[in-house]
Amino acid sequence: MNKVRKTLPAAIYHIVVCFFGFVMIFPLVWMIMSSFKPTNTIFTTASQLIPETWELQNYVNGWKGFADISFGVFFGNSLFIATVATLGTVLSSSMVAFGFARCRFRGRGLLFVAMLLSMMLPAQVLMIPQYLWYQKLSWIGTYMPMIAPYFFAIQGFFIYLMVNFINGLPKELDEAAKIDGCSYAGIYAKIILPLTVPALITAGIFSFMWRWDDFLSALLYVNKSVMYPVSLALKLFCDPGSTSDFGAMFAMATLSIIPSVLIFIFLQRYLVEGISTSGLKG
Amino acid sequence: MSKESTAGVIFSLPFIIGLIAFILVPMGMSLYYSFCDYNIISEPVFVGLDNYKKLFTGDEIFLTSLGITFRFALISVPLRLFFALAVAMILLKKTRMTGFYRATYYLPSIIGGSVAVSILWKRLFASDGVLNLLISGLGEPFTYSWLGNTSTAIWVLIILSVWQFGSSMLIFLASLKQIPTSLYEAAKVDGASRASQFCKITFPLLTPTLFFNLVMQTINGFLAFTQCYIITQGKPMNSTLFYTVYMYQQSFEYYHTGYGAAMAWVMLALIAMITWLLFGTKKFWVYDGGL
Repeated sequence: MNKVRKTLPAAIYHIVVCFFGFVMIFPLVWMIMSSFKPTNTIFTTASQLIPETWELQNYVNGWKGFADISFGVFFGNSLFIATVATLGTVLSSSMVAFGFARCRFRGRGLLFVAMLLSMMLPAQVLMIPQYLWYQKLSWIGTYMPMIAPYFFAIQGFFIYLMVNFINGLPKELDEAAKIDGCSYAGIYAKIILPLTVPALITAGIFSFMWRWDDFLSALLYVNKSVMYPVSLALKLFCDPGSTSDFGAMFAMATLSIIPSVLIFIFLQRYLVEGISTSGLKG
Repeated sequence: MSKESTAGVIFSLPFIIGLIAFILVPMGMSLYYSFCDYNIISEPVFVGLDNYKKLFTGDEIFLTSLGITFRFALISVPLRLFFALAVAMILLKKTRMTGFYRATYYLPSIIGGSVAVSILWKRLFASDGVLNLLISGLGEPFTYSWLGNTSTAIWVLIILSVWQFGSSMLIFLASLKQIPTSLYEAAKVDGASRASQFCKITFPLLTPTLFFNLVMQTINGFLAFTQCYIITQGKPMNSTLFYTVYMYQQSFEYYHTGYGAAMAWVMLALIAMITWLLFGTKKFWVYDGGL
């Protein structure tokens, strides 16, 4: 009797949590399952989650892409943009964070405030002038607007994250190195950089996911379809006049979320760390 | 200059350059253009406050989009925070499955901003989409056009936004774990009910986190773009036209670039004002004492 009284509420708890959890991920599961169904049966069998026959035809069709440009090209483009921009933002933010956290110099306070304010500044406010500015620099139609700015630590969130991390490291390490005649560059490269690897990974995976999903800058700056990243290429499936091959669309959409899902599975610790300590948007 | 300050300036140099080249200069440019009649191709012509005047007196679509954006933020942000807190409380309980449950509820917010999810959402709520097919499965064929109707289209976008409550949930979980259990033990000794424990201990101690979430989510709510641009494009009859999408259309589809710049500055002023108002309410409900 006592056992029932204990296990029954627990069972109800698990059933309720599982049910709502299923509702939460249902859209995604539905999309993934549908990508394996023959494209003309997706909507006739919509209420049936598991495909009757599993087939990869949608992936083959989707991979062909648009106008002789394979989806592989779009994936390559996204991978290139996201990787280079991420390297840039992680390296530059880490340098600046070291300067802010470990060196006292005139104007540091002002720069720190500027960084905090830039975190609150919506990218959309800068959308128009940045476009005109990049036009003057002849960057429109290239990847420069989506890569170059990130080498200049323009994402204050990451600097902030790393400053906090470096502040948590004992200052005695620096002092000892200084006494041994180590320069500031040496302290940064040999002591701080290796010790901040967890913060670099956190910033890196957020940056990668954001760059991978970035739609607005691609929409603004890329005009040749051979240079499209995945986010922009997926939108072609939605355009009026496109042959609505929903199977191919779901197949490519499923592939496009794989990087985020892999990060989610294998690097979840860093994601949770970033969100719960610095409020980075997931 | 000492060695230390030289090093400091050198290490900060990327940010100094980036701040000037990619933030301050563009901001200055856009402030100037907001006072100009400008269409990207021809030279800007200074027109004073005309753009701003037109926004508030001669552009009904602008006022509509402003109203829609407010409505979207005012509905979706509180709902999102409510679900985030409620689910965080439920998943605080430690069981063997807790890690798995948290991951399940949190997954949508990891991928929710992607184009993939937006196109999926569009198919879920289409008149021949999944939702209607599931409802049809219960009996009568059902073909209500969720996205074609001015009263329901905005809700499709609100549901998409609320669905991504996972990252706020994680922030709540992190601060829930920091509340010392001794407080609850003392409350239990005094015979406090679960409800009054929540009202007198949990909630007050969570208010700083709630406030942080509220400010960040409200700002993000005002800036939503991708979902609206892909799923509804502002349709039907501008009933889902977000501020940012209208700004994009004005600047890059109609080439009213000066006008778009003015919209950007109005948005910045609005966000600053809302943030300031929220900070003004802080002293009435946010707990700032120690433990």
